[in-house]
Amino acid sequence: MNSLFMNDLLMNDLLMNNLLMAIPLLPLCSAAILILFQPNERWTRILGVSSVSLAALLALLLNVQVWDEELFIIQASLGEWLSIGTSELASQHAGSLKLSFGLYLDPLSLVMITIICCIGALIHVYSASYMIQDADQCRFFAYLNLFVSSMLILVLADNLVLLYLGWEGVGLCSYLLIGFWYQKTDNNRAANKAFIITRIGDTAMLIGIILLFYQFDTVNIQQIQQQSQVFLQANTAGENQLIALSCLLLFAGAAGKSAQMPLHSWLPDAMAGPTPVSALIHAATMVTAGIYLIARNDALYQLAPQVLMFIAIIGVLTLLLGATSALFQTDLKRILAYSTISQLGYMFLALGVGAASTAIFHLMTHAFFKALLFLSAGALIYCMNHEQDIMKMGGLRKKLPLLALSFAIGCAALASLPMTSGFFSKELILQQVAMAEQPLLWWGALLGALFTALYSGKLFFIIFMGKPGHAPSHKTPAVMGAVLIVLMILALFGGIQPQGILHQFGELTLDSSSGLTLLEHGLPILVPLIGVILAWFLFGQTRGDKPVNRVGLGRFIHSGWGFDTLFSSVFITPFKKLTYLNRHDIIDASFRALETVSYRLHLMFNRLQTGQLRRYSASLILFSILAIAWGVIR
Amino acid sequence: MIEITWILVLSGVLFAIGLFGLLSRRNLLFMLISLEIMLNGVALIFVAASSLHGNVDGQLMYLFILTLAACEVAVGLALVIHIYRQQQDLDVDKLTKLKG
Amino acid sequence: MTLSLLILIPLLGGLLAWYSQGFNPNLPRRISLFTLLGSLAYLGILTLTSPLARSSQWLFDESHVWIDRFNITAHFSMDGLSLVLILLTLLMGLVALSSAWCEIDKHQGFFYFNFLWTLAGIIGVFLAMDLLLFFVFWEVMLVPMYFLIAIWGHENRRYAALKFFLFTQAGGLLMLLSTLALVVFHYQETGLLSFNYHVLILAPISSPMAIWICLGFIIAFLVKLPAFPFHPWLPDAHTQAPTPASIILAAILLKTGGYGIIRFVLPLFPDAVQFWSPLMMSLAVLSIIYGALMAFSQHDLKRIVAYSSVSHMGFVLLGCFSLNMIALQGAVMQMLAHGLSSAALFMLVGLIQQRFHSRDLHQFAGLWRYLPQLSAMGLFFAIASLGMPGLGNFIGEFLVLVGALEQHASFAVLASLGLILGAVYSLRMIQKSFFGPFRTQGSDLESPASTADTRIPLTSTSEQASAKVAEHAKPPALPSPYPDLSLKEKLTLMSIAAGLILLGIHPQPLLDMLEQPLAQVLAYAITGSAL
Repeated sequence: MNSLFMNDLLMNDLLMNNLLMAIPLLPLCSAAILILFQPNERWTRILGVSSVSLAALLALLLNVQVWDEELFIIQASLGEWLSIGTSELASQHAGSLKLSFGLYLDPLSLVMITIICCIGALIHVYSASYMIQDADQCRFFAYLNLFVSSMLILVLADNLVLLYLGWEGVGLCSYLLIGFWYQKTDNNRAANKAFIITRIGDTAMLIGIILLFYQFDTVNIQQIQQQSQVFLQANTAGENQLIALSCLLLFAGAAGKSAQMPLHSWLPDAMAGPTPVSALIHAATMVTAGIYLIARNDALYQLAPQVLMFIAIIGVLTLLLGATSALFQTDLKRILAYSTISQLGYMFLALGVGAASTAIFHLMTHAFFKALLFLSAGALIYCMNHEQDIMKMGGLRKKLPLLALSFAIGCAALASLPMTSGFFSKELILQQVAMAEQPLLWWGALLGALFTALYSGKLFFIIFMGKPGHAPSHKTPAVMGAVLIVLMILALFGGIQPQGILHQFGELTLDSSSGLTLLEHGLPILVPLIGVILAWFLFGQTRGDKPVNRVGLGRFIHSGWGFDTLFSSVFITPFKKLTYLNRHDIIDASFRALETVSYRLHLMFNRLQTGQLRRYSASLILFSILAIAWGVIR
Repeated sequence: MIEITWILVLSGVLFAIGLFGLLSRRNLLFMLISLEIMLNGVALIFVAASSLHGNVDGQLMYLFILTLAACEVAVGLALVIHIYRQQQDLDVDKLTKLKG
Repeated sequence: MTLSLLILIPLLGGLLAWYSQGFNPNLPRRISLFTLLGSLAYLGILTLTSPLARSSQWLFDESHVWIDRFNITAHFSMDGLSLVLILLTLLMGLVALSSAWCEIDKHQGFFYFNFLWTLAGIIGVFLAMDLLLFFVFWEVMLVPMYFLIAIWGHENRRYAALKFFLFTQAGGLLMLLSTLALVVFHYQETGLLSFNYHVLILAPISSPMAIWICLGFIIAFLVKLPAFPFHPWLPDAHTQAPTPASIILAAILLKTGGYGIIRFVLPLFPDAVQFWSPLMMSLAVLSIIYGALMAFSQHDLKRIVAYSSVSHMGFVLLGCFSLNMIALQGAVMQMLAHGLSSAALFMLVGLIQQRFHSRDLHQFAGLWRYLPQLSAMGLFFAIASLGMPGLGNFIGEFLVLVGALEQHASFAVLASLGLILGAVYSLRMIQKSFFGPFRTQGSDLESPASTADTRIPLTSTSEQASAKVAEHAKPPALPSPYPDLSLKEKLTLMSIAAGLILLGIHPQPLLDMLEQPLAQVLAYAITGSAL
């Protein structure tokens, strides 16, 4: 961590720079071409898939290039964005603001772009097969490419505003893709909900960025980190209030995007989008942007330990919420969505106890096994003719052996059974929490692990064991199968060598001599096993076709702890009522009142004008006499 | 020499008759005639005052009023005839087109 | 004659267009096109050929004697700010012309006369450096606009036109009174009778009345902007105006308010501006939030866009009174970006109205099914107007927020609510008009297409209709009952979109051009003297 800023290995190789620039630009160009020229379906698929695959190849090439480097930083610039007040003319009345399209690659962002590009490429290949019957592939691949490009910009950005650009870009693409099948109103609702809830977090984050700008006089991420290191060493506690506030605001953005409590409720609804989209955006990449943001600003967050504590608490609450809710769902994709929320909670917990590297490690393994699970689910849904209710499935292991295997691996990794990728990362998180000496958080995380094992077991047993339910109507297409096999390998073995790609965070330790008790070592290994066995006894043989009626607590948990109802009654309904009441604009009404008053006056005085000549003359005479009399009396 | 008071009384009475006629008659023609009577009542005072003060200005003014009255009657009668042609009626209470 | 020619070209073009109607009813619009192109070309030649003097704020200056007795001159000057706004005026004039081309079919000559005269008035406003001259142009742009709304408007046009006229006229009257008071006080203090901006700016009046004179100016410009309590004319005027007039109103006419504040209020009344700044910032925040709330509750598309304009112009006001460079740059960027995006949105609403004879969200839905290109454009501009980074509006709002946070943090935080609410109403508009199953008022064109399997939706866009795929992919390509965008419309909208992207990605040339004028303004506003 400390050696990060030594700039010892600043690589200014021209080749590397060009490689780096090409990675986000390739999908962007392809998206632009798809939008502007709308090629036919064949070319759409070729273009959409090849651009991301090429980016993935380049990312892997970068990995190979820097494989043996301990520390490296590659910077590239796509040009200036804007600069204000930098000339001497204006500087006397204004602070200066300078933004650029700078890309910054260090081990952290290298991990991220590798995940994004590789998983992205796999999912593009998968989508080409999954969406083959859709009439609107051009739009689909354009959005998907645009997404990959924005996500890459997000993780490569060297300043917070550029990061915000990518951040909003992925939000937009998520919105467009959730509502991709636009003719169903429910999809549009879900899309709107996703965008608006994340937008709330994003706006807080924008304010946080601006606050940071005034604290540090720059929006460049590295400079902020260096200055906060300096602050940390100088131990200047005086200014920490505002910094803590901006950290909190940044976390609000992260919580919105990564579906943390209380901004989590959009993610289950977001499953309305096509399944590859759920896999890419709502499991593997976009929702992890929040983790990345906080890991990236690690040094800054060290200045605000209270905020870190808050993040850890939110993380634990969210992981419990996600895990319990997942247990009560019956919709395949919603189970996975809640499980994503819960796993993200684990990552935030890790961030909160100051173990950013572990969080990133879990982010990576989670990306592998959750993408695997989602893609398998997509294939399953495809084979079952768009049936998503797991209660209607059962005994499928003989008919769909490949999917059974992939689900088995995915669920095992999710439940963190020993020797899967999920095991290593979650084990590490629990270990870090235990080392942070927060017993309550540790027990919470452990309870979450139990629930996780329980619902993963339930998912697998109900679908693939038990009595047969509906029969599959299609076979798994070959392309999907191939993608699944690659992901299976990653999900199984992806967690074995974390050090190779996580040099940046030096403190990563797997040694057992860290002073933990036997209980703290043994329980995290045992609990998932107990959970799975429990699940076997509870769900292993039942054929759950009976309608589930939930009462009380069950319904509460099923609805994701009732946050939707809460928001709807506290914010949405009053908002709608209030705006509806004022739809004719009360200000306009007041101006109309002015008009009404003058009209009334007009009517009143109008009565004097009778049109009768004799009355006019009489009043003329009367007033002349009165005037003369007045003159005489004076 | 008639005393000035009588003349003032006479002109006052003339003016009052005209005023009464103006307010009470509904026929436009009679209203016009009443207007003439009022005008003449005022003109009488000018003449009387002129002879009282020995100043010709008052008589000059009378000539002015005479001309003015003639013009006024010419225009007024023309209008009356026009109105009569249009409305077949000279009752002012029915001519209320300018009511607001 | 350098600058006055810029105003004379559209004035004469307007007269010519009116006169030419007698020969051929199609002639006026061609003449307008050539007039606008001519003005653009002239502006281009003017800026390219003459050396840009970086040492001075003013690029061009021109003065004629007008009313010598009161020392009133016909004084025109142009700096970066005016140049940018005139460019916007001419370009958006072209956009408005493009939408008027087929829509206006009665009294064409008189329409284009009014059209060009409004533009001439606006250009005059951006150039006039004599307060009385400024007032004259302020009225010149008002009266033809009144006719545009009252003659070619929609169902309730008289009411809307009258409302527009009364509001702006009241503001204008206030401005005239304040102008006279300013000149008189200036005369009393310096002994120099002048209506000239360059003279008045040198010695700001120190009388306590300055606060109220300043308020007179501010209110006149707030009405035009429009800001919170003075906005009710805008929704009616926008809704009832014909599409080209709506475009001019939203894209350019509103900007004269922001321009007035930057050009006149800030430098002429340094102390009063400090005094009014908190109130004006709170009005700005109110505009932002109130406009967004109102936009959410409307179901007439033009009203939605109109109220969203109130919300966006609130950012301009906020930026103007934050009194620092970043916010001021942001305010101008917001004016430009809003000019582009609102013009495009109004044009789109006009196109929808042409096809469906309604702007009411209850009367149609799901346009994407048959009009994918139009809907995609609508999506783009709605997204732009909710402040997506990478597009012009974000730059404006971001810079304003950065600047405002330095001045008054609480106002900036409240104003950022506008970003959230902006997303709320924009998404509602998109969802209700473009997404969902297709529906129009009378006929239900779409037989509910195999609802059992809507997971694979049955879209048929004109481009993709030809491809052949397996059984249940698509219905036989229905002949679209409504024409999608024509080439002219597509080109117009695409160029606006390109403009917005350019503003969002590479605003630096504009910022450079604006830097000197705005720095000058700030110098007067803060220290009361030139740089």
